[in-house]
Amino acid sequence: MSVIETQGLTYTYPGATKQSLRDVTLAVERGEFAILTGPSGCGKTTLCRCFNGLIPHFYAGELKGDLKVADLSVNEHTIGEMAKRVGLVFQNPENQLFALSVEKDVAFGLENLGMPREQMQERVDWALQMTGIEDLRERAPHELSGGQQQRVAIASVLAMQPEIIVFDEPTSFLDPLGAQKIFEVISQLNKKLGISVILVEHRLDLAARYAGHVIIMDEGKIVLDGEPRDIFNSEQAWLLGVGIPKAVRLWRLLEENGIALKGVPTSSDEATQYLKEVLWRR
Amino acid sequence: MATIEAKDIHFTYRTGVEALKGVSLTIKDGEFVAIMGQNGAGKTTLVKNFNGLLRPTKGEVNVDGISTKDVSVAKLARTVGFVFQNPDHQLFSETVEEEIAFALRNFGFDEAKVEKRVTWALNLLDLTEYRKTSPFMLSGGERKRVALASVLAWDPKVVILDEPTIGQDHRQKENLRQFIVQLNEQGKTVVIVTHDVEFVAECSPRVVLMREGKIIADGAAKRILTDTTLALEASIVPPQITQIFHGLTFLGLPSDVIDVSEAKKILVEHFRGSRR
Repeated sequence: MSVIETQGLTYTYPGATKQSLRDVTLAVERGEFAILTGPSGCGKTTLCRCFNGLIPHFYAGELKGDLKVADLSVNEHTIGEMAKRVGLVFQNPENQLFALSVEKDVAFGLENLGMPREQMQERVDWALQMTGIEDLRERAPHELSGGQQQRVAIASVLAMQPEIIVFDEPTSFLDPLGAQKIFEVISQLNKKLGISVILVEHRLDLAARYAGHVIIMDEGKIVLDGEPRDIFNSEQAWLLGVGIPKAVRLWRLLEENGIALKGVPTSSDEATQYLKEVLWRR
Repeated sequence: MATIEAKDIHFTYRTGVEALKGVSLTIKDGEFVAIMGQNGAGKTTLVKNFNGLLRPTKGEVNVDGISTKDVSVAKLARTVGFVFQNPDHQLFSETVEEEIAFALRNFGFDEAKVEKRVTWALNLLDLTEYRKTSPFMLSGGERKRVALASVLAWDPKVVILDEPTIGQDHRQKENLRQFIVQLNEQGKTVVIVTHDVEFVAECSPRVVLMREGKIIADGAAKRILTDTTLALEASIVPPQITQIFHGLTFLGLPSDVIDVSEAKKILVEHFRGSRR
């Protein structure tokens, strides 16, 4: 069952002469972890804006084609209605946080829904627990580290219990360990809660291991759509200059030198495993 | 002669946050250094002390032998150019050309020279077609190039880049890497502040690791990035190639590999060797 389904989606920003999305047809299954990538300016962020109705309701412009997200036709539902189903987490958590305590920030969306106090408290507790920041409850978001702030941003989106969360380069500003922890949190939400994840990311070395689906865009179009291994191994992905993980690059170099190994590794653990198996037997 | 010399510097922000707690570091002429470490470790604070944007609360920074306390930021900038993390913190002019010319005029270059330098910098960063365009009409990646062009135009001896790879796609990063390496080969001292482990693994500079306002390690990328204990302390994660090789040490393979070409070479030799 698809949680996101688009058919011939074409979009032009108001005043623009060039289409930002061109005939985008795509399906993301419920419970999937999908990575959306492609060169700068390829239309990734524009497509994400469609998923929660910011396009066409906020950005206006001209949207053609069909778009169904969480069984709702985006054209017929307001941003407010879409927000209950689709959460967005941005690159820089500072742009998303504003309250004086973590708890208040996480409760904000729920207050706007007019949720009863007791239920709200339950939801906030749950969201803080799921993102591992219960101990930060009383802290001021602006005093936290970048990684902690990003977890607060995720918790405030999670509190709404959306079916889908779209992450737009959520770890760009974080140190590598902080980034890895965020990817782990996202992966847990996907695995344990079955939340469908769309992750916009350039650094595939870090993210590829979590994904079951990779979508690559270029010039407003979808150019590749499939399983990570197939995509990373395809000639077209290499020609596009997408950030193919180092492990896959190593595989390709070995192959060019007459060493053909089975499989295509999407993580260092997998690569080590494959190499061990081959080298151990010798 | 040392270009930048920090002697036991401390820096405390007005809010009371002590961002640097005794840092000593010498960066020589023509070096390429990456400063890495956890969020809030004091990396940006440190490099802002290199060009006088900040001045140490205690201790001293010398640039070409002169203490930053005795020189104006404007004068220091002539030697040490600083490219900000977010280009929007730096750009303000109506056209790309004006943006690049601004500092040159401030430094008192005559108009003929300004024109020459602007054309040179536009060309260098592949921005010639945007000469008359507003920087704010450009994409994030292009704006970053404008910010870089405007600093390189006055030909500073030292170029500091704060998080140059954020928001850049793979191809742009590769261009940036080649560009930085080229600058360095032409004799410029390059200092980058970055979280991008894979980018550093590809550039292979000297790496300075920071944690909680102090330097905890300083050495070749190959040594620093492959030390798991250090990495954990500084909140970094070893490059993917290193992680792969850490799982293969029992075969007698080296554990300090960061580069994919080197990895290939070692594995090809190992395969050929074991076939014999």
